[in-house]
Amino acid sequence: MNFPILSSLILLPTVGALFLFFTKDKDGNNLTAKYVALFTTVVNFLISIYLWISFDQSTSTFQFVEDRTWIEGFINYKVGVDGISILFIILTTFITPLCIISVNNSVKNRLRDFLIAILIMESFMIGVFCALDLVVFYLFFEAGLIPMFLIIGIWGGPKRVYSAFKFFLYTLLGSVLMLVAIISIYWIAGTTDFIQLYELGIDAKYQNLLWLAFFSSFAVKTPMWPVHTWLPDAHVEAPTAGSVLLAAILLKMAGYGFIRFSLGLFPVASEVFTPLIYTLSVIAIIFTSLIALMQEDMKKLIAYSSVAHMGFVTLGIFTLQQQGIEGSIIQMISHGLVSAALFLCVGVVYDRMHSRMINSYGGIVTIIPKYSILFMLFTLAALGLPGTSGFIGEFLILMGAFKDNFLVAVIASLGVILGAAYMLWLYKRVVFGKLVNEDLKKMFDLNRSEYVILSCLAAPTLFFGFYPDPLINTIEVSVTDLINMHNTNITSK
Amino acid sequence: MENLNLVLPEIFISLSIMFLLILGVFKKNSSKITFNLSLFVILITTIITINETFSVSRETLFNESVVIDNMSSLMKIITLIGGFLVLVISSSYLKIFKIYNIEYPVLILSSILGMMVMISSNDLIVFYMGLELQSLALYVLATYNRDQLKSSEAGLKYFVLSALSSGLLLYGCSLVYGFSGSTNFDVISNQLNSNEYVLTFGIVFILVGLAFKISAVPFHMWAPDVYEGSPTTVTLFFTMVPKIAALTVFIRFLYVPFLNLIDQWQMIIIFLSIASMVFGAVAAIGQTNIKRLIAYSSIGHIGYTLAGLATASNEGIQSSIIYISIYVVMNLALFSCLLMLRRKDQYYEDIEDLSGLSRNHPLLSLCLLVILFSLAGIPPLAGFFAKFYVFKAVLEQSMFFLAIVGLLSTVVAAFYYLRIIKIIYFDKEKDKYDTDHSLWLKFSLTVSTILILLYFIFPSQLIEVVSRINII
Repeated sequence: MNFPILSSLILLPTVGALFLFFTKDKDGNNLTAKYVALFTTVVNFLISIYLWISFDQSTSTFQFVEDRTWIEGFINYKVGVDGISILFIILTTFITPLCIISVNNSVKNRLRDFLIAILIMESFMIGVFCALDLVVFYLFFEAGLIPMFLIIGIWGGPKRVYSAFKFFLYTLLGSVLMLVAIISIYWIAGTTDFIQLYELGIDAKYQNLLWLAFFSSFAVKTPMWPVHTWLPDAHVEAPTAGSVLLAAILLKMAGYGFIRFSLGLFPVASEVFTPLIYTLSVIAIIFTSLIALMQEDMKKLIAYSSVAHMGFVTLGIFTLQQQGIEGSIIQMISHGLVSAALFLCVGVVYDRMHSRMINSYGGIVTIIPKYSILFMLFTLAALGLPGTSGFIGEFLILMGAFKDNFLVAVIASLGVILGAAYMLWLYKRVVFGKLVNEDLKKMFDLNRSEYVILSCLAAPTLFFGFYPDPLINTIEVSVTDLINMHNTNITSK
Repeated sequence: MENLNLVLPEIFISLSIMFLLILGVFKKNSSKITFNLSLFVILITTIITINETFSVSRETLFNESVVIDNMSSLMKIITLIGGFLVLVISSSYLKIFKIYNIEYPVLILSSILGMMVMISSNDLIVFYMGLELQSLALYVLATYNRDQLKSSEAGLKYFVLSALSSGLLLYGCSLVYGFSGSTNFDVISNQLNSNEYVLTFGIVFILVGLAFKISAVPFHMWAPDVYEGSPTTVTLFFTMVPKIAALTVFIRFLYVPFLNLIDQWQMIIIFLSIASMVFGAVAAIGQTNIKRLIAYSSIGHIGYTLAGLATASNEGIQSSIIYISIYVVMNLALFSCLLMLRRKDQYYEDIEDLSGLSRNHPLLSLCLLVILFSLAGIPPLAGFFAKFYVFKAVLEQSMFFLAIVGLLSTVVAAFYYLRIIKIIYFDKEKDKYDTDHSLWLKFSLTVSTILILLYFIFPSQLIEVVSRINII
């Protein structure tokens, strides 16, 4: 493949952002800017679909690889995709245009700047999933902080400054240790190209410390209990589109990182630290589910449910079973779709009533029926009802967990029940019951753009719920080889 | 006969200084022409330096008291370019304060001359001569806005403390001379061995003197006051140019005469580095004046530069030089922004004055955004790469403690940079600032910001130039 398709995926949004930068900024509804941004992201989505179609599912080697000298004799700019990363790229390119459609109601001022931030963010996010070099990965991983900081800080809610700072500093603190680890890997193994690192392997005596350094970064980003506290704040204050990006894609960087680096590069250490991950994941699932039950704020509730869902993901990854890892990837994709949709659903009512509090709603089912139906669909998907993509992920993860550790799996299964409890209770309180407020009668049902966005998210949620084969086929070979590589590394060390 | 071509830049610049002084005395209202001529002089000197010395790998002159090598020529070029840019963006600032006199360019030129002598010195006497020449010029520059109390205070403070440190330095030099019997760096290097405990005092005194000149903690006390009180353009000069020369001398001292005594000084440098990084980051948090904040941030950045020096490897030295080069560009950009905060002939320098800048001046704010994130070391901006190279060198020597402390202090430092960004982007707007800036100011801001922003596309070029420097 000669055409640099991955680089163009990374660059295209930036080019769109540059173009926007040179257009005139108008206050109010800046349609031109929106169309430019939408066009760019849709083209990017089509390119990524083309990428998926021409992707060879029968091999786990990296495809569409581009390799250029970047810093003489030290780092190469190297990008490529395998079965695991390609799904995340498509998720990114799929969610971003939806975010851009959704800005209609939530962003009132400086629309052009907001779109620029979102587009640049997309570039960085795609870069994270394509990078085949640790330094390139780190670069994209960290760079994403800048636009997200601005998105929360400029367009966020009343406590936006606090949340933006907390988000930025937490993540940065986690990441600097990863940088130490990356440079150390360079001195230990002589390269930061992780295809070569997979082959060379890293000496077992260094692995534990390096694993912990990577863990510190990914645990904050995932976020795992007890370093999850930035997430509810960031979610609550961010504008809807920001929350969507955060929940749907940014959190997945860490899960992806766990699979790619922690498992791939440090197999010995991964075995050593599995109990730690299990403990933290189980705490995250149970504890944050309980917290979610008590929330008054819808966005906060969904944010805590994200922490719980990511707990399932980390649990699944470290079962080191085929089902567990596949389940984690599918759970991440599904959570990307569902949590995005839930945040958008909250955004819909927030735009109308300017309240995120659960108790200011109630009995809206008769007033906005279309909304209620779609909201129900996503609620059910979030609690993992069979027939939605959430079920496939959770089911596979628990299957993997049962194979590996019975007790952990049993406790984690309790989390599923709790998940059903808080989601259904949320739905009941918001949609059913008595009409609590006369003002609610003035609410109007979904407008066209909201309808389009939510249906776009509903379609894959249902489709992959009934027919997950396209996803599983894409990741299967890569995951199998990852596990094989892991096992051979363990036995050889 | 010595090859005088190698010191042609110094000869040319000193002759020009004398000529400009005479011109200034005999011709009335000659400030404008002196300014332009000095710019011209710096330009010619730069060209001569590039022509005559850039390809020289190592030559010594005058009984080996002056050395021309890859490091000296590169550092001289950076010094000259820095001096040129400072001078060129100073004029509108000076005009407003009615201190647009002939002395300013002449003083800048003399301090540049002093720095060039320092950079090339291979002998204690030559080094000290250069140091005093630049310091004396800098004292006067600090008080240059003599009608203002703060400026006079800054000059006096700087003079007293700097004289003290020069005294310590001189005492250290005399001790070293006493033990080695020579003032020449190469000879000292052969004569010294680590058994002499009193010699350690000599080294410590010299290092203290040098640490004062680059304002490393705990010898930094003068920096915030002097930076705040001096005219902004002089502060810009302070933060950029003398640091380059002092760093070069630092490298030269550590790695030529004292190379064999590495066990004695390595811990000192590590301590200076850690103290500067941590203190610079923590102390900057509470500042309200931008110039004071820059002073603390420059202390922090010096800490990172010293971290590279502590490694005792060529990679470390190179990474320090890369760091300081990138830092100079970032500083230039930051000060260009600061000089743009002008409303009706008054300059504003409080952080609060930046409040809501992004509403009225979106482009300026965008530049500040890039600069501040770069100073905080967030990829993919140039500041990240500067830190990256330093920590790469540090980790090569397995100095994990230094690396981890350094990187953690970047997180603390990120906080106060973010605070400025918050004020610019998230807070309520104030009145508009004037936009009729000089072309040079706009030019320097644009070019430096673009360099910071797009450095990641061509990172190899700078490394290539710097990698020719092999001191050890």
